[in-house]
Amino acid sequence: MTFADIIKFVETKAAGKSSIIEGKEVILVSPDNWVEISTLLKNESKLDFDYLMCISSYDKGDNKTYGAAYNLFSTTINHYLEVRVETEDGTAIPSVTSLWQAADWHEREAFDMMGLQFEGHPNLKRILLSEDWDGYPLRKDYKEPDYYRGMPVPKDKTYWD
Amino acid sequence: MDATLLERFDKDNIVVEKLDDLINWSRANSQWYFQFGLACCAIEMMATAAPRHDLERFGAMPRASPRQSDVMIVAGTVTLKMAERVKRLFEQMSDPKYVISMGSCSNSGGPYWQYGYHVLKGVDLVVPVDVYVPGCPPRPEALLQGLLELQKKIKTETPLRKKA
Repeated sequence: MTFADIIKFVETKAAGKSSIIEGKEVILVSPDNWVEISTLLKNESKLDFDYLMCISSYDKGDNKTYGAAYNLFSTTINHYLEVRVETEDGTAIPSVTSLWQAADWHEREAFDMMGLQFEGHPNLKRILLSEDWDGYPLRKDYKEPDYYRGMPVPKDKTYWD
Repeated sequence: MDATLLERFDKDNIVVEKLDDLINWSRANSQWYFQFGLACCAIEMMATAAPRHDLERFGAMPRASPRQSDVMIVAGTVTLKMAERVKRLFEQMSDPKYVISMGSCSNSGGPYWQYGYHVLKGVDLVVPVDVYVPGCPPRPEALLQGLLELQKKIKTETPLRKKA
């Protein structure tokens, strides 16, 4: 199916629950509707998105809007779709680990790097950084610490003794 | 031992030598190194150990345990999460122990120098480094020379006397 067909199909099944990002072949979904839309994308035999390829996280730059982009693929019908879910003020996004097992570590990475909260994730803790790390490094307003467990982390050594 | 020495002692005989030199000779020529592959430098370290460059002809063989190794070759990017493990593994090695810092990342942070929030800016901040091998990654020849420099350094030591 082409992107237009997918949109039309989603609209007939769940009207008004999703929108299209202007100029892109991307569906935008709010966290409230994400459970319904993701279940539809996975279980509907005409769509059959059985393969979650990647979850990327992004920062819109206003220090409150963060998003997750889901890249989906159907191995049976051979079509792609990108879905974005954006949250504001730290609202949790429903986890899709029950639909796609691959989402487990991807969501943990998005939590680790961007601070996205995923509701219903079985084990939401840092995956790359150590557990006592402060802050979320890929956020645009992230400031790196001067010291981590006594080890200096500055950009240059000019003021080191 | 060189040929002239062997000619002088071609029959059973007594060799007179300082014990310091003997110990240094044996230490310098059996530098068992701790496999410490942290990043892409480890690939070059493997190439150094492979038959074309053959690190083992200098008496250096890879050990998988810190307790059996004499020299730690820190090959790769030392992240802050890894730095504490590096330090702990170094402390688990038995004396005499040496550290070769291999590659730009381990020397100074390398490409993560300016914007790497997660990379330790040089492994010398957590363990004492004997030889720095520059390069990104260093060629096997460079690592070989690093090992030879370490051997030179070991041969100047006086293990039986107090350090000056």
